[in-house]
Amino acid sequence: MATITPDPEAALHRELAALRARLDTLERHVSLQTNSRQADAGGLSLLVFSGELDRLMAAFTLASGAAACGMRVTMFFTFWGAAGLKKDGAQASDKTLIERMFGWMLPGGLHRRRLSRLDMAGIGRSLMSREMRLKQIPDLPALIAMAAESGVEINVCDMSMHLMGIRAEELIDYPGIRACGVAHFVDLAARSRTTLFI
Amino acid sequence: MNHSELDLTGMRCPVPIVKLNTAARGLAPGSILRARATDPAFELDVQAWCRRTGHELLQLGTDDGLVHATIQLKAG
Repeated sequence: MATITPDPEAALHRELAALRARLDTLERHVSLQTNSRQADAGGLSLLVFSGELDRLMAAFTLASGAAACGMRVTMFFTFWGAAGLKKDGAQASDKTLIERMFGWMLPGGLHRRRLSRLDMAGIGRSLMSREMRLKQIPDLPALIAMAAESGVEINVCDMSMHLMGIRAEELIDYPGIRACGVAHFVDLAARSRTTLFI
Repeated sequence: MNHSELDLTGMRCPVPIVKLNTAARGLAPGSILRARATDPAFELDVQAWCRRTGHELLQLGTDDGLVHATIQLKAG
């Protein structure tokens, strides 16, 4: 009478094959995860509250550099930052008196942006812009053009624009520039790895 | 293998990195890109740029204020 004895070698082979299959699956998962992490180089959100020349320059330098390093960069301009993006030219005609006063006190034109320190009624500013020219350091319009080329996204706080009577047509010409609310920025910031307040 | 030269001399941060990235985007995957720059920050910046973008820095050196970098763009 034949007795059925389990073949220990066959059992080992089966176990080994099962383990190999599990290892293959694990390796596939790990490689997928690694690849997706590499593909997502992370995002950078800049919350620009200031409208001074030096701070705007720092913000746009960071933005272009990060975009060139493969990060998705979004900038959100609020308060003085929103006013800092006004372009040169006459005010829109449909403003209230107070809005018009805001317009006089916060004039458009990137060349009018003051330094946050050592501006000295424009002396510091012109010394700095002379040094920048001599030392081949890009100025604010050049930095903004570079950010546009690098695909940096600009969002402007709709409430700040409304408060100070800034019309969309008074903002600098920038591809895809748009007004948005805080929820939009929070969503962008939550999806980026780094958020800086400038 | 496709070799390209990129002159970044006289440019200051962030221009060299932005131009480098623009040049890299216009080249075929796996191409070799040789860049030279006078910006002292470029030596560290190009290393960071390669880490962030996944391109391979084959060679890096500074000679009399001129930074040379040889980069192989990642495949695919």
